[in-house]
Amino acid sequence: MAPLLEIKGLKTHFSTDDGILQAVDGVDITINRGETLCVVGESGCGKTVTAMSILKLIAMPPGRIAAGEIIFEGRDLVPLTSNQLDEIRAKEIGFIFQEPMTSLNPVLTVGEQIAESLRRHENVTRKQALERTIEMLKLVQIPNAEGRVHNYPHQFSGGMRQRVMIAMALACKPKLIIADEPTTALDVTIQAQILDLLQDMKERFGMAVMLITHAMGVVAETAQRVVVMYAGKVVEEADVDALFADPRHPYTQGLIRSIPRIDLDSEHKTRLEAIGGSVPILINPPVGCRFAPRCKFAMDVCTEKEPLLRQIAPGHRMACHLGDVQLGDAAGALA
Amino acid sequence: MAGLTLASPSAERGVYSPWRETWRRFSRHKLAVVSAFLLLILILAVVIGPFIWRVSINDIDIVAGMQGPSLAHPFGTDDLGQDILARMIYGGRISLAVGLAAMLVSVFIGTLVGALAGMSRGALGHGLMWLTDLFLSLPQLPLLLLLIYLFRDGLKQVFGPEGGIFILIVLVIGGLRWMPVARLVRAQFLSIREKEFVEAARALGASPVRQVVKHILPNALGPVIIAGTIDVAAAIIAESTLSFLGLGFPPDTPTWGRLLYDAKDFLDIGPHWALFPGGAIFITVVAINFIGDGLRDALDARRVI
Amino acid sequence: MSQYVLRRLMIAIPSLLGISLVLFVVLALAPGDPFSELATNPNVPPEVQQALRARFGLDDPIYLRYLHWLNAMLHGDWGFSFVSRMNVDTLILQRLPATLYVIGSAQILALLIAIPVGVYAATKPYSLFDQIANTLAFVGFSLPTFFTGILFILIFSVTLDWLPFVYTTDIKATGIHYVLEMIRQAIMPVAVLGLFQAASMTRFVRSAMLDVIRLDYVTTARAKGLGQANVIVKHVMRNAMIPVVTLIALQMPAVFGGAIVTEQIFRIPGIGSLLISSILSNDTPVVMAVTFVFACLVVLFNLIADVLYGWLDPRISLR
Repeated sequence: MAPLLEIKGLKTHFSTDDGILQAVDGVDITINRGETLCVVGESGCGKTVTAMSILKLIAMPPGRIAAGEIIFEGRDLVPLTSNQLDEIRAKEIGFIFQEPMTSLNPVLTVGEQIAESLRRHENVTRKQALERTIEMLKLVQIPNAEGRVHNYPHQFSGGMRQRVMIAMALACKPKLIIADEPTTALDVTIQAQILDLLQDMKERFGMAVMLITHAMGVVAETAQRVVVMYAGKVVEEADVDALFADPRHPYTQGLIRSIPRIDLDSEHKTRLEAIGGSVPILINPPVGCRFAPRCKFAMDVCTEKEPLLRQIAPGHRMACHLGDVQLGDAAGALA
Repeated sequence: MAGLTLASPSAERGVYSPWRETWRRFSRHKLAVVSAFLLLILILAVVIGPFIWRVSINDIDIVAGMQGPSLAHPFGTDDLGQDILARMIYGGRISLAVGLAAMLVSVFIGTLVGALAGMSRGALGHGLMWLTDLFLSLPQLPLLLLLIYLFRDGLKQVFGPEGGIFILIVLVIGGLRWMPVARLVRAQFLSIREKEFVEAARALGASPVRQVVKHILPNALGPVIIAGTIDVAAAIIAESTLSFLGLGFPPDTPTWGRLLYDAKDFLDIGPHWALFPGGAIFITVVAINFIGDGLRDALDARRVI
Repeated sequence: MSQYVLRRLMIAIPSLLGISLVLFVVLALAPGDPFSELATNPNVPPEVQQALRARFGLDDPIYLRYLHWLNAMLHGDWGFSFVSRMNVDTLILQRLPATLYVIGSAQILALLIAIPVGVYAATKPYSLFDQIANTLAFVGFSLPTFFTGILFILIFSVTLDWLPFVYTTDIKATGIHYVLEMIRQAIMPVAVLGLFQAASMTRFVRSAMLDVIRLDYVTTARAKGLGQANVIVKHVMRNAMIPVVTLIALQMPAVFGGAIVTEQIFRIPGIGSLLISSILSNDTPVVMAVTFVFACLVVLFNLIADVLYGWLDPRISLR
């Protein structure tokens, strides 16, 4: 069966005063129907821009999709105009944003904000839209939904607002939900509730979820497949179990080692590791591997040639020269 | 949105000079640069003009009255045959002087009130901010007219007709326009007061006055310069308005506004009489405003009303 | 909501008192006796003079004088104009409609220009349209009203002879012709004042729109597929108008200044030209009263802005 969404060679660039910023530089991501795909990476690695590019929600200008295809249900979205994309936004692909405190319009009631999506995409009367809205609010477990529907966002807590955002994204029953760090801005206890709710909703409606996060803990709990991004590129992609069991890219390894572990007793506890340095600025990036300056295993080849993403095991792809050398060594040993 | 934070490019280029950076950003605003050039010419014209254009401002020659521009009178003559160019050069000195002096008054009062309000956390600060808001909602022109109406005779007796009205106009215009500066300075105080380097100075035992003069005021300078620039334009308009209403300088003092006032009843036979001084006011004001806009780009100040 | 309005009213009272205090202090500080002109005015009989001095309590301590004066003002007892030979309140009430007519029409004109231009410019920042609109707005608020007024007269009355440049209250026409003539003679003053206002308003609208347009909830709205026009009107404009209302209210003192000048140029018989003529004829009670009326109007418009603000922003009125 054809994948639901296939991003091929996506390049999203921003023109700035100092040159072209290559925020997303040749990304391939595939999402199948009904699966949960996590995209992980540090802030500034291009995951949000990738997600926003799908529905052209980036500011254009200065942003621009420079190359690539975004094929949703067999149709390339890149050449579509904003008006044409409006038919897909919310109806086919729903969005949940990072900041529930700022993502809701402060001067409209939450009911109006959910209902306007329904009224836009489905042929419903005002009354039907209100009923559906209340139904959605109940579904995301907002108590007293009949009363709360007429409240303004500032009357809700952060966690409740994120529930409203989920209700809004689900209102038209889209086939894909893109959730951009939906729990980052919330308290830890609320985070788990929101992730559970998202999981529930996914099972109930059978949609696919693209979950963007920087927290490996969230990945382990929710994902079926994981894409690791670094500096505008995909560096590794695998099923969640394979990724945690056998991370191949030094950056992925670093990410996994930076998860605090409470399941080990004190004898086995190791020091929490941080990856030194930070994501490079993507204006005129250097040739070679973009992770090389921070990589413990960097070799000469890493600063000369860009490593390409390639299959190393079924369903497991990564982009690092280290694999070549290891494979080369292994080949040498066999000979 | 995507966390695209960029390092300042100038920091990477090695040599970093705040003034060069300011100039670089200012010079990107083409209209501001042109305006600065225009204003410079205007200032030069009114300062050294009388030494070059040696025509008296009040030589009456009724026969040569109401003439359009000619070689003998480049800007034409008024109903009494007086040379409009000479009168405008004289009036320009007054307009620019009033603008600058009133700006200094408003910046002085504004800085003082803003600094006091920013430093005191108690009733004084609240009281001063209430006063600032009150002054912001005063109808300025009516009050300006009222003050001049009530005080002009008294000051005229002390400082002479021209000097008295100059002092009065400068004080009143400046005294009614200090509020934006006060708000800016106070806002700067509140934000800077808590910053590390001021904390450090306080820990080292710097006196409050020293803190203000050495650490806080230089940081508040940018926004105040911008507000001050715009104040000059506003003061020039205010003075011209008063003169235009016939309530500014004495009738024989040819400020730009006064020239317009005299000319407005002769629009059908001598439009040049109104157009030249009106154009001068407009060019001066628009140039100053554009310079203010360029400075805003250059000094990157946040706008506070 | 009504509670909110009531609270704003309570806040308006101290500022009105503050303004009256400022006016009174100015009057009290003025050198000489403000009523000394009356002594030399042959039109004023001595007993009226005496009564005036007693009513204003010119020999009382200053705070008592203030209270007396305030009490008289509040009771509509604003004195007598010896120049016009009528009560000051009657005189002002006669003149006020013309002023409100011009200012009101000018505000409407300004909004009709500023909102569409500012909104459209903000949706296409740094485009040709935006740059032209921006530059024109800059030029517009750098043009003093007295100069635009003269330019308009020069162009539309003197050169083209399309419009009358003197405003008159006794139009010699009836019915529809009267209305047309009223509109025709108001075109220039309203345009002068309205364009001046529109210039600064356009800048307010544009910058408020630009502030809102990049906020997260606008992206949320776009993600709902609502369409550009709907997003701009329902989500961006609605929020951008909140700061704009405040900025417009802060502009009101300047608008009244512009109105005085406009009335003077076009000889509109409003309270602005009344102020000027009273100053020129030393009619102190009228000068004081007109200034006070202007101050009250400013407070009134601030109050209206506050109420609008509360209506636009649910976070305020519900608190």
